[in-house]
Amino acid sequence: MVFHRDLSLICLVAVLAACATPAPRPTPAPSPASAPRPTRATTAAPTPVTAVGASPTTAPVTGASVATAEGAHHHHDMPGMAPITIPAGVLYTEADVRFMQGMIAHHAQAVHMTRLASSAGASARVLRLAQKIDLSQAGEIVLMQEWLREYEQFVPDTSSWRSMSMPGMLTTDDMAKLERARGTDFDRMFLTLMIRHHEGALTMVADLYASPRAAQEVDISVLANDVESTQTAEIGVMKLMLAELP
Amino acid sequence: MRSNRTTSHTPRTVATAFVATLALCTLSFSVAASLNAQTYPSATDPRNNLKPGLMDAGIALKGMRLLSTAPKPAPFDSVRGLTFVNSDLAFKGNLVYQGNFAGFSIWDVSNPAKPVMVSVVPCITSQGDPSIYGNLLFVSAEGGGNRNDCAKGGVSAPADHMAGVRIYDVSNPRVPKLIKNVQTCKGSHTHTLVPSPTEMGVVYLYVSGSQGARPATELGGCKNGSDPADESNSLFRLDVIKVNVARPQDAAVVTGARIFTGLGPAPARGGRTSAARPVAGADSAEMAQLMANGPRNCHDVTSYPEMGLLAGACGSYGLLVDISNPERPRRLDAVADTNFSLWHTAVFSNDGKKVVFTDEWGGGISPNCQSMHPLEMGGNTTLAIGADKKFKQHAYFKIPTAQTAQENCVSHNGSLIPVPGRDIMVQGWYQGGVNLIDFTDNDKPFEIGYFDRGPVDVPPAGEVDAPVSRARGTIGGSWGAYWYNGYIYSSEMARGLDILELLPTEYLSENELAAAKLVMMDEFNPQAQPRITWPAAFPVVRSYLDQLVRGSGLATARTTAIAQALTAAERQSGVARRAALRELAGQVDSDAAGAKDAERVRMMASAIRDLANATK
Repeated sequence: MVFHRDLSLICLVAVLAACATPAPRPTPAPSPASAPRPTRATTAAPTPVTAVGASPTTAPVTGASVATAEGAHHHHDMPGMAPITIPAGVLYTEADVRFMQGMIAHHAQAVHMTRLASSAGASARVLRLAQKIDLSQAGEIVLMQEWLREYEQFVPDTSSWRSMSMPGMLTTDDMAKLERARGTDFDRMFLTLMIRHHEGALTMVADLYASPRAAQEVDISVLANDVESTQTAEIGVMKLMLAELP
Repeated sequence: MRSNRTTSHTPRTVATAFVATLALCTLSFSVAASLNAQTYPSATDPRNNLKPGLMDAGIALKGMRLLSTAPKPAPFDSVRGLTFVNSDLAFKGNLVYQGNFAGFSIWDVSNPAKPVMVSVVPCITSQGDPSIYGNLLFVSAEGGGNRNDCAKGGVSAPADHMAGVRIYDVSNPRVPKLIKNVQTCKGSHTHTLVPSPTEMGVVYLYVSGSQGARPATELGGCKNGSDPADESNSLFRLDVIKVNVARPQDAAVVTGARIFTGLGPAPARGGRTSAARPVAGADSAEMAQLMANGPRNCHDVTSYPEMGLLAGACGSYGLLVDISNPERPRRLDAVADTNFSLWHTAVFSNDGKKVVFTDEWGGGISPNCQSMHPLEMGGNTTLAIGADKKFKQHAYFKIPTAQTAQENCVSHNGSLIPVPGRDIMVQGWYQGGVNLIDFTDNDKPFEIGYFDRGPVDVPPAGEVDAPVSRARGTIGGSWGAYWYNGYIYSSEMARGLDILELLPTEYLSENELAAAKLVMMDEFNPQAQPRITWPAAFPVVRSYLDQLVRGSGLATARTTAIAQALTAAERQSGVARRAALRELAGQVDSDAAGAKDAERVRMMASAIRDLANATK
């Protein structure tokens, strides 16, 4: 039978650990059970305000570089947000960059949530769904980081969910409750929060499309489409699973 | 084989199956797990560790050889994410139309070892999937940066935005002319041709794409609603464009088929759902809300006009649709499997009794064929289509190789290889390469050949486990791989156009290949599947014979005798050959009774009789 392959699981854990760790080489692959716990003190404020955590101490060397091309637009007008410079002649906008940065944090929190499932005694169905979301979103995080890096924009890492708040994201309290929940309680809370989390992602996509000249860069539109279609379908699945819980 | 355009079509009466009392949750996880016993991935597969490189990557081949790789033409020859990637293919005569996110090109493949560029048309059009119909080339436009005038630089004023289907006159392939941009509310991710069964010179385009509707301020009448039952809602409908080939400039959207009505979210365990699906404790308002999470459009649909059928790959569902009246598509069945993230595309078996659906998990830009990625996610599933026009899911298939983190990979587009008596398809898997899959036995699809290159990008030195630190990866690989008039054409997103030739192997005999090469088409659009017929010929008869030998479907003494009789008959001519073949057909008829594979023996008898009748 091919459903659970030990080798695959080991690889899975190794790669997921790689994605979850800002350091380049995670040598011993931790099991999901021993995955790092969030530190509540650093978790984001609950208000769904776009806030890019680009403090100088967390910015990687390649991040936040400012193009000096003539005609570049600078935006410093939003308190709490890192300045984003859009070089002249490019097809992407500030909204595109904020979408990619924000979605990394958004995805990273979802991935963190999914990795709670196995030690929380989630049901087989919820565990399977969690693994699927994990694989999907961990892969997309890499794509978004690569895009930002190529265009020399600030690249949030996978811990950015602790300092950024996007629509649908869990508050510190939400996360603490989810971390304590076990069994069916976990299933219910996980599904409820993940539905809200996914709906937040759809809001982010809708906001992106509503922004002037946004999502014209084809890599962003393909990614946004994929997020939208995948998460729309998953919301439906989760609602049914929620309705069918004991 | 004739092209769709010239094929007469008899509308079929199919019992209405729009019933809300479908069997619910007919599949469970335990059943799903028993669907397939494929070993995946293989640690020893020669595709596993190929040398990276754009044009000098390592290559692994089985059962085929690479005849040529025509690099991208200059206007598309740069790597910048998806901006200049190649997309889908269409075929007509000696010409191959290759889409690109920044335009399209036309190749003359009279000599498949040396394709010649006929023309290149730069025109920003993501994703640029083409279809050909006579002198008209249709190209799908979806992206937000596509302009009416094809220019770069994006859309500033809504009036400049082009989302829908571009129509080109390609009567002179050296100078294609854009004659019309048909705007649609949701744009066009892909589109599928359905020739009118009743009106000559009329073709319908079924427009797919799951993105939301444009605002009414940009295109009048468009509405992004959440209520599937709202007739004015641009979502939850399949847009249909009608084209009269004599007046392509008048092409317009004629209807929006509401083939999704009543489909809620996919049930968590796989299986079917319907409007009547009871959910404990849900009132009607909640049910309506659930319905809004059902599919709102297809990603891609495959028409089989001669069967009056359409297989719709529609987000969380695979649909079977009656298209005997192309302006009134009617859903016959819907199947869900939550292992599938995005029902993406479909290929029917030639007899219309099976269908292979693909799952584009990760959208084609993620490397989802690594050893950690489950077999039943991002691969294919095989389904039977019963006499009642209902689906039954049988098995999963995914390439049995461990691709790297540098290779975007998932199941993508393909078409049938016309081997009589078997169901074989060729398929592109992005950077997973191209492969051949035999799905004659719906429960045991297996691979019989492949072509793969190493990744475009070199893995970051010493940081293979740390994708976070790698430079931006190149999206590449086979967008689609299709059989057309004797060769396999694969649209390589980053590298160009690959042309491959199949070679005989233990799984595919010389006779089977010769029979496949007898099938010639005037025109071929992979998503508009034509019915394959074979001429009366010795290779067709011998294909069945080879299959009976391979599968021990008939006693060896008899297969040997039949082979000798065929050789003897072929040495004769005219009346003598005809008489010999008729006698042999009679003998083979009586072989069927005691044969393990009686059906195949009968097909062989019939092919021998056809050959006798065709002998003058």
